[in-house]
Amino acid sequence: MSQVQFNHVQTAHCESGVISNLFRHYGLNISEPMAFGIGAGIFFGHLPFVKVNGVPGTTYRIWPGAIFQRVCSRLGVKMQSQKFSSPEKAMQALDRVIGEGIPVGVLSSVYYLPYFPPAYRFHFNAHNLVIYGKNGDNYQVSDPIMDVVTEIDPKSLAEARFAKGFPEPKGKMYYPVQVPSGVSLQKPIRQGIEQACHYMLKIPVPMFGVKGMRFLAKRVKHYPEKLGDRKATLYLGNIIRMQEEIGTGGAGFRFMYAAFLQEAADLLQQPELAKLSRELTGIGDLWRNFAFNAGRVCKSRSADNVSYAELSEMLLQCAAAEEVFFKKLSKVKI
Amino acid sequence: MKQNEVPQDGDNLHEGTFKQLFYAVNDAGEYKQPVTSVGWEPENVAMAQAWEEVHAKVEKARERVLAGEISPIAYYMEKTLMDLPLLASYVSKFQWQVKRHLQPRVFKNLSSTMLQRYAAAFKITVQELQHIK
Repeated sequence: MSQVQFNHVQTAHCESGVISNLFRHYGLNISEPMAFGIGAGIFFGHLPFVKVNGVPGTTYRIWPGAIFQRVCSRLGVKMQSQKFSSPEKAMQALDRVIGEGIPVGVLSSVYYLPYFPPAYRFHFNAHNLVIYGKNGDNYQVSDPIMDVVTEIDPKSLAEARFAKGFPEPKGKMYYPVQVPSGVSLQKPIRQGIEQACHYMLKIPVPMFGVKGMRFLAKRVKHYPEKLGDRKATLYLGNIIRMQEEIGTGGAGFRFMYAAFLQEAADLLQQPELAKLSRELTGIGDLWRNFAFNAGRVCKSRSADNVSYAELSEMLLQCAAAEEVFFKKLSKVKI
Repeated sequence: MKQNEVPQDGDNLHEGTFKQLFYAVNDAGEYKQPVTSVGWEPENVAMAQAWEEVHAKVEKARERVLAGEISPIAYYMEKTLMDLPLLASYVSKFQWQVKRHLQPRVFKNLSSTMLQRYAAAFKITVQELQHIK
């Protein structure tokens, strides 16, 4: 089997990371923040009815797959993407493509990835990684959130690719078939920013965007009396985990988007974006401050109303700051 | 967040196998180089708490199985972090069917094919499924 040189770079988030790593392989240099920005990955949503292990879900990013799809269409990259009816077919197809020396992105469940730290192995089905070759029976993996490349045995990989639950990966794999060599980033950046502003400010549903933060704030305030001590801390803990886990959290995404704005500012000679980048860094710090205090409440385990009211207040502050920020961003002419 | 503020509160949740990456600014407020982190206290607390909850549920399920209130399937379901819908899709059954299988008297009469399917979903042997430790 041919050995493919794959240039692995560790990133903060799997989806934007795989995009960045895969495209670089074809000579299209897009940094992770740039992919995140063009794909309008920044978002917020609180979904009390979508429960994960009995705890309502909170997201700080757009739904899985959206960044990928947007970046590809905005940059004019053609991807071949396939799902399969059985693990055997899926593994054969994977073997065939990597046999041609093409690195392949696959969707997987972290629960079945043996190289993952056990503490992180929950049933989360939308993890992206790149398979770039084989070493004997084992597959060579470039997992964007790991610092180095690693290997995975075929059985675990098949299990990870065919995990059940939501969303079902169904062995999904994808690889670029046509990558433009030089692209102007101006239009993709503009489209990405417009879309992000729209999603953060204008979705007419109370759970999403800036409205979603206020919605969550309102609910957090009533956690202690509605849920009792134990559940209140669990719910709160989940907000923190969604915010901070594996660098993909809310504050993490805010900083990543800030990095994107700075890069865009340099690229397009738009000092206004650099200013907004600094503003967003400040907002990221607000989120971190919230997580820090929420962590203390979790640790003390006493659900006194005062602390929850304070946390709610902090969320409202984040919401207010992000509203001002995205309104300014939407007015920048690019 | 500045580069030197990137938290380094390791409590070995990552077991030293990996570090996560953060985008952080230098003193001039610019993003130059991402910084790795071994962990952050609030996240560690939340994570530990989530696992504590899992362990508590597993232990409770174990006791109830031993007391004959529920079938071992319930115990392994908690142990593998599954819930009813997820387990049902792994064994290709409806949720109400799996729910029935959680009753000891129904579990006792399950066919060997069905037991095999549950064992495969939990990645254990049928032997282990029938006799929990």
